[in-house]
Amino acid sequence: MTVIERQTSSNLWLDSWRKFKRDRPAIFGLITISIIVLAVIFAPLVYTTSADKIDFLASSSPPSWQHPFGTNDLGQDQLARILLGGRISLAVGIASMLVAIFLGTIVGAIAGFYGGVVDGVLMRITDLFLALPQLPLLLLIVYLFRESMKQLAGAELGVFILIVLLIGSLNWMSVARLVRADFLKLREMEFVSAARAIGAKPTRLIWIHLFPNVLSVIIVAATLAVGNAIITESTLSFLGLGFPPDVPTWGRMLFEAKDYLTSAPYMAVFPGMAIFLTVLSINYIGDGLRDAFDPKS
Amino acid sequence: MGQIFIKRLLVTIPTLIAISIIIFTILVLAPGDPLGEFASNPAITAEVRENIRRSLGLDRPAYIRYFKWFGSFIRGDMGYSFNSRSPVAELLWQRLPTTLLVVGLAYIIGLLIAFPLGIISAVKRYSITDQIITTIAFLGFSIPPFFTGLLFIIIFSVRLGWFPFIFNSTLQVTDWQSLIAQIRQSIMPISVLALYHAAILMRFIRSAVLDELQQEYVRTALSKGLSQFAVIKSHVLRNALIPVVTLIALDIPTIFTGALVTEQVFRVPGIGALLIESIYRSDTPVVMAITFIYGILIVLFNLIADLIYAVLDPRVKY
Repeated sequence: MTVIERQTSSNLWLDSWRKFKRDRPAIFGLITISIIVLAVIFAPLVYTTSADKIDFLASSSPPSWQHPFGTNDLGQDQLARILLGGRISLAVGIASMLVAIFLGTIVGAIAGFYGGVVDGVLMRITDLFLALPQLPLLLLIVYLFRESMKQLAGAELGVFILIVLLIGSLNWMSVARLVRADFLKLREMEFVSAARAIGAKPTRLIWIHLFPNVLSVIIVAATLAVGNAIITESTLSFLGLGFPPDVPTWGRMLFEAKDYLTSAPYMAVFPGMAIFLTVLSINYIGDGLRDAFDPKS
Repeated sequence: MGQIFIKRLLVTIPTLIAISIIIFTILVLAPGDPLGEFASNPAITAEVRENIRRSLGLDRPAYIRYFKWFGSFIRGDMGYSFNSRSPVAELLWQRLPTTLLVVGLAYIIGLLIAFPLGIISAVKRYSITDQIITTIAFLGFSIPPFFTGLLFIIIFSVRLGWFPFIFNSTLQVTDWQSLIAQIRQSIMPISVLALYHAAILMRFIRSAVLDELQQEYVRTALSKGLSQFAVIKSHVLRNALIPVVTLIALDIPTIFTGALVTEQVFRVPGIGALLIESIYRSDTPVVMAITFIYGILIVLFNLIADLIYAVLDPRVKY
């Protein structure tokens, strides 16, 4: 009995989950984001109103039973568009996060593990990326490469790949710094010397011995990176330089709504709230995870 | 101090060169014709097009073009806009003061809001006041500025009619009346940005002050009989500022991103709005110049943050 108890309480993940459960904002975030994800995946199966059906008779109508979130200037149903846009925004967020985490972990791990000149060079590159004018650069690249990506992989997929790669490759720096700092600390520890003494190769040392110890840091950074990527994608779409006009991302819907603020303010409120609630929930979860993984708290 | 300044300045030069190379490489790698609209204009024959290319030096290898571009850029010659046929530098000088004014004022107001709130929140940790302040800050930095901007327009312009909807860029400040009009139309863009920065800064300041409050020197100062206000004012604040400045320096690109978006929402005639307009019109020289200007601004403000850091922390040696 006591043995089992001691075992469960010594597990980092269970311990962290117990702390996380007590964090009310984090639980609020978890519930909200679950509802949003489930709605975005499954609601279109139940809510069958078409997202692209144009109906000028019902253009920019306020919320009603028929159109719970109202319609846009073309009379397209806003709820259906928000659900469809949510799939894209969340997909962009998760895919860009994976790119950023992948790059950041590799750069941070190599810099922290080898140190010396390698570390110096990689950290200078990281600093350079931190000093880049991110949004202008993003706009410049999307503007220059959008057409050829469309020809390469189709209008929707081409822009998706371009945006995901760009957001990911401009967001890895904080992960790299965190992973590097932890690796620098960890590689001096005895378990690493022990592993090295029995002949573990660098790749094995990095991935089997060191990596699991930085996983909690990476998970927190990954959570926050999703929120960041969603905001960046919405910003691009809001400036009219994201996905093509017939793809209703949340930022794109705000871009269209900003010309109807006097006559139809509800057109801006619902997609804006969708971005806000998603990002807020993700930030709360990220904050909760950071506290939960922190052994000092 | 002067020595630190010169050393830091020398470090920024390679950064700027690297940024310029990145921007130029992107342009060279980009498919499509750098001549933009000229290339697809049917009124221009192939021969004339070839002449234009040669006169612009487009037949030369990329690295020579880079050196020519960079060389003339630092001499202030940024080429001519495809669209308005006027020098890019002239367009930029018209727009840059507006951007710097909006960014600067918003940041100062943001700091003025964030400092007292952050300190109160840290001192009264876990109290109701702290919870209210941190929740509002959390909401504040989770709302993207473009949505706050639209909400402000809906609430304060459309519903209440307090402020004008769109920034009137032709307004000249000549007398009291026009000055008041200028202030009225600047309130919304500046406050959107200021609130966004205040939310971010508040979190930085709160956590920095919290870290300092747990230090032993604070306990010593308090047990010496100093009031809490005196301890915070003359001991905690200066030490807490050191990590805050580091975080602000990391956050400088976000400051300009926020400004770019806000300018676009309220049609403020700054360089951000000019960038978006130029992208819509495929005006490559202007787009290039503005992207690089943003890079220069970020590096410049990083330099300022470094210097403030050196002033605050006498242990820092370069």
